[in-house]
Amino acid sequence: MTAFLSVIVVLPIAAVVWESRRDGAASFWDVVTSPGAVDALKLSLGAAAVVALMNAVLGTITAWVLVRDRFRGQHLVNSIIDLPFALPTIVAGLTLIALYGPRSPVGIDVFGTRVAIGLALLFVTLPFVVRTVQPVLLELDREMEEAARSLGAGELTVFRRIVLPNILPGILSGVALAFARAVGEIGAVVLIAGNLQVASVFIFTHIESGDRAGASAVAVVLLTISFAVLLVIGGVRRLATRHERV
Amino acid sequence: MSVSSVALSSGARRLTLRGIALFYLLAILIGPVIVVCWRTFDQGAGHVWDTLTDSNTIHAFEMTLLVTAIAVPVNTVFGIIVGLAIVRRNFPLKGLLNAFIDLPLALSPVVVGLSLFLLYGRGGWFGDWFEAHGIQILFALPAMVLATIFVSLPFVAREVIPTLREIGDEQEQAARTLGASAWQTFRRITLPSIRWAVIYGVVLTTARCLGEYGAVAIVSGRLEGQTETATLRVEDRYTNFDLAGAYSIAVVLASMAILVLIAMTLLKPKEEAER
Repeated sequence: MTAFLSVIVVLPIAAVVWESRRDGAASFWDVVTSPGAVDALKLSLGAAAVVALMNAVLGTITAWVLVRDRFRGQHLVNSIIDLPFALPTIVAGLTLIALYGPRSPVGIDVFGTRVAIGLALLFVTLPFVVRTVQPVLLELDREMEEAARSLGAGELTVFRRIVLPNILPGILSGVALAFARAVGEIGAVVLIAGNLQVASVFIFTHIESGDRAGASAVAVVLLTISFAVLLVIGGVRRLATRHERV
Repeated sequence: MSVSSVALSSGARRLTLRGIALFYLLAILIGPVIVVCWRTFDQGAGHVWDTLTDSNTIHAFEMTLLVTAIAVPVNTVFGIIVGLAIVRRNFPLKGLLNAFIDLPLALSPVVVGLSLFLLYGRGGWFGDWFEAHGIQILFALPAMVLATIFVSLPFVAREVIPTLREIGDEQEQAARTLGASAWQTFRRITLPSIRWAVIYGVVLTTARCLGEYGAVAIVSGRLEGQTETATLRVEDRYTNFDLAGAYSIAVVLASMAILVLIAMTLLKPKEEAER
């Protein structure tokens, strides 16, 4: 098992880190701070941050509607949430071009803009917050809310003081996963982004042009972000179980 | 009167939230998928048929299925073993193993592709040795399989672990005291009680393998009719200005995804009931 994991995951990761350090730390820094790399990283991090925040709000609303609301077709809507897990990302990108590209039937053409990147990232990260918040909302004891209401608390107060503290760990781990996914996404973005280069496309083009050091340097930055996100999620999980909630 | 105004506003609030959620899903998910299905037939059904029966397209789908057929069983066995190790055993660096299992969920597939490229490419740690022995890893099936295994690694383990925790090990211990071997215990006790979790994990793994793009795009070399997979074929058609062709292949992949989605919906209650 350890051997398998080493061959599949650990050794390849080590190779990237080693390659980025081969010409010394100073050269690594030069590559990471070169204009092209900085632009790509800024674009990816910025888009991922915006998308993660939008997920926090819209994902929580969607989870709320799926748990507390009742309407026809709800089961179907609930199943469709998982579509981004099942659909190949390149297909996701292509579907967005069909609706929001040059030949848009609704007259919205965002091809090659930051908005397009945001849409593509929203598509692939949509399930994360919904699927981490939904189970907690389902198990949440409604009596606490009723008690607060009977004591005269308004809806906003009930949400802020009772519901939010309970679902916050779920929101945070969902947002963290969505952020990690968005920073490294390529399939959904590569077609609709036009000439804009996100970090993963930067790595891709630099491999194709034979610049291994440049590709590796940016890859190490992405790798660090991934590990940081996993640490955050681990921390949130520990904090949540301390309050006896998953 | 104050009661009815509260009821009215709570009804209005509920409708507003429902409206926001449904509009969001329509704009981001459902709308785009519907438009693709409709646009596919822009140039007539004949073009769709020509694209899908093109030998390169057929070969691309065969590659996708071949890679998936190798990666899914490997990850299923590995996922069960890792799940058992993490839940039932204690060993040094268990936390580290736990972290590495989740890594593919948070890591860009492009970084995965690059790492294999560096390892097995010319001048890489293993690349020269394999080349000297006449074994082609990069730009061939082995690297594509390795990349796909990497990106779809966590799904079975992640489904199996909570179920194993939930069922506990009392039955397993009882079987062992009655003289069952480790393998007998696994086959008769453990496996039947986690089977829906395993199946659910396999479905997720399959979906991930069928749809892999970033990592495979780097390590396959994207050779038309050789190492091109279905997702790479979609990109190839798109960049060659054959939009309808790209849509046709995308719709086939989307249909596969919808089958996976239906399987997930049917399996989910069973998987959760197991816990």
